[in-house]
Amino acid sequence: MVIVLRRSDMRCFIRTNMRGNSLSDFWRFHELLYFFAWRDIKVRYRQAAFGAGWAVLQPLLTMIIFTLLFSRVAHIQTGGVPYPLFVYCGLLPWTYISGVISLASNSLVNNDSLLTKVYFPRVFLPTGSVLAGLLDFAIGSILLVGLMIYYHVGVSWSLLLIPFILAAMILMTSGLSMFTAALNVRYRDVRYALPFLIQVWMYATPIVYPMSVVPARFRPILALNPCWGIVDGLRACLFQNLHFDLRLMGSSFAVTVALFLFGFVYFRRAEKGFADII
Amino acid sequence: MSAVIQVNDVSKRYRVGLSHATTLREHLSRLLTFTGQRDRSQAEIIWALRDISFAIQAGETVGIIGRNGAGKSTLLKILSRITEPTSGSIMVGGRVAAMLEVGTGFHPELTGIENIYLNGSILGMSRREVKSKLDAIIEFSGVEKFIHTPIKRYSSGMRLRLGFAVAAHLDAEILVVDEVLAVGDAAFQKKCLDTMGSLRERARTVLFVSHNLAAVENLCSRCIWIDGGRVRADGDTHEIVKAYMDAMVGGASGQADLGNTENRKGNGKVRFQSVELLAPDGTAQRVVRAGDPLVIRLHYIAHEPVPCPSLGLRLYTEMGTLVTETSTWHHGIHIPVLEPGAGHLDLQIDCLNLMPANYALSLWATDDNGAVVFDNVECAITLEVERANIYKSGKDFDSRCGIVFFPQKWDLSGMHADGLPLKKDAGECALEPR
Repeated sequence: MVIVLRRSDMRCFIRTNMRGNSLSDFWRFHELLYFFAWRDIKVRYRQAAFGAGWAVLQPLLTMIIFTLLFSRVAHIQTGGVPYPLFVYCGLLPWTYISGVISLASNSLVNNDSLLTKVYFPRVFLPTGSVLAGLLDFAIGSILLVGLMIYYHVGVSWSLLLIPFILAAMILMTSGLSMFTAALNVRYRDVRYALPFLIQVWMYATPIVYPMSVVPARFRPILALNPCWGIVDGLRACLFQNLHFDLRLMGSSFAVTVALFLFGFVYFRRAEKGFADII
Repeated sequence: MSAVIQVNDVSKRYRVGLSHATTLREHLSRLLTFTGQRDRSQAEIIWALRDISFAIQAGETVGIIGRNGAGKSTLLKILSRITEPTSGSIMVGGRVAAMLEVGTGFHPELTGIENIYLNGSILGMSRREVKSKLDAIIEFSGVEKFIHTPIKRYSSGMRLRLGFAVAAHLDAEILVVDEVLAVGDAAFQKKCLDTMGSLRERARTVLFVSHNLAAVENLCSRCIWIDGGRVRADGDTHEIVKAYMDAMVGGASGQADLGNTENRKGNGKVRFQSVELLAPDGTAQRVVRAGDPLVIRLHYIAHEPVPCPSLGLRLYTEMGTLVTETSTWHHGIHIPVLEPGAGHLDLQIDCLNLMPANYALSLWATDDNGAVVFDNVECAITLEVERANIYKSGKDFDSRCGIVFFPQKWDLSGMHADGLPLKKDAGECALEPR
């Protein structure tokens, strides 16, 4: 076996006092990102009899509970969309976002032996979780398709916008994952505060209720919630009788991009000290 | 040849006493009470490395030696880019593979083969690279039968072998290896050393940190001695290992006062105060002849009643190889409680069957299952074993003949040869106390 090393590899002298790691390392190690994601997936449902079925069961059971609570008891109106479908459509991205962030925030702390013993681009630990979560998301999407067929929901060309919504979802989740993971290294409070914050965040996002129940004057504030654009955008793509609110979505997506950049920059600044303070 | 590693004035500072992983609450309360400044000054600053400079040429195998806490590991971490120096710069030309630990990133739930891929990837191998070497790695590890079993069911030895097998197949220009050889059985250690040797033959640049001075001498042509975070010496391995040994064990006087030694660990409930080498009649013995009787007297002080202690020692060769370990626990001696105060205990050796050389003694005081270390003094005293007529043959022996000699006898009655030994007792080992 002969390993051909690129010339640039040999010539590349690394000044370690300048930058934590050079961007070229991202490419050299890029397979590690998939391996971290693969490990997360492999390990997640090991020794669970129901296996990956949990990826469907979790949002499904939540959907049933919410349907009973909010549709039957609170009589929330959802603009002609069947409530179970409406709430599931919100729960699907939300399960992804909240699940990935809780997992990714501990990804550095739980791999402290890696951080202190090997060099690799640290950012692959939280982003590996972001990638791994997509499998559960895909499995959950199959159920969504099933529900849409069951409720005879017609689709339109707006379906083509879904990739953009998903890109925003991944971008925002990555940003927050990097930020919380890096912050958790310094302050373990993150571990305790996060579950609570995620719960509050869920009710600040139109998952169980439609945007129409929020008084108009509060909407610009709530639109700063990046999840708003994702959940609402996804519904507008799927259901013809819901419409895009471009202003709200615009501000949501601006926050999404800002969150991603902030998370990435914060992570890159913090990672120099990881091995020393973890 | 050009320098493949260039280290310029590298220093690394750590702050101890103040945990960095503080909680937010502490941080806020410090901010609110304006005590931030005071806390910071209370925190002790430690310079793990101070102005280290050296250059390593391509193809060199360099050993790094030094006491515990001298800064060796910090240096390796900086070279392998795990952490950054506080000041100074490092230039590294080429891919660095660091083995600071065997089996880093192994996941207990994954099978052997899955962990090979994961571990290889963490160490910087591509999937294709691992795949092409998979058979070789599995064969090297010797755990073929369990390769599809989750490694949580592996013994620690199997994990170690698997981890080393992956690391041994790394193709990097620069290999950085830390004490991985300190673990595992003798056969495994030999395998590791052989691998290191073959890497050296393939003209890789190898940096090797170890306490096993024999291994360093065997493998490395050049040696860097780190002491107190600085380069104390850099040059020919044999000279530096010798200088290091001399400094470590100090002069031999038959008695060593341990009151001020820095080389100590443990919680201090029991402290060794001194160690004496005595003849059986109780007189001090500076040098001991091979085959002589010897008494090693350990003086200790206990600061509080200590239940179930075990006191003992380890004997090392100059090269750091463990010759033997003995303690009161090994002999089944149960000490219900060690009363506060000073005292001593003697280890009586009827016949010191060590080959002539210098040996180092380290002392241990632990609880009886070894979980709690009260005191541990490395290199407490040098034991100089002088040449002696051990087989009563008039021949001279030294450390080239090995480390120990046994009670033994040649039986030549089955030989068809002229000139059998004239004296009846010739060839018999003198293991009776003289």
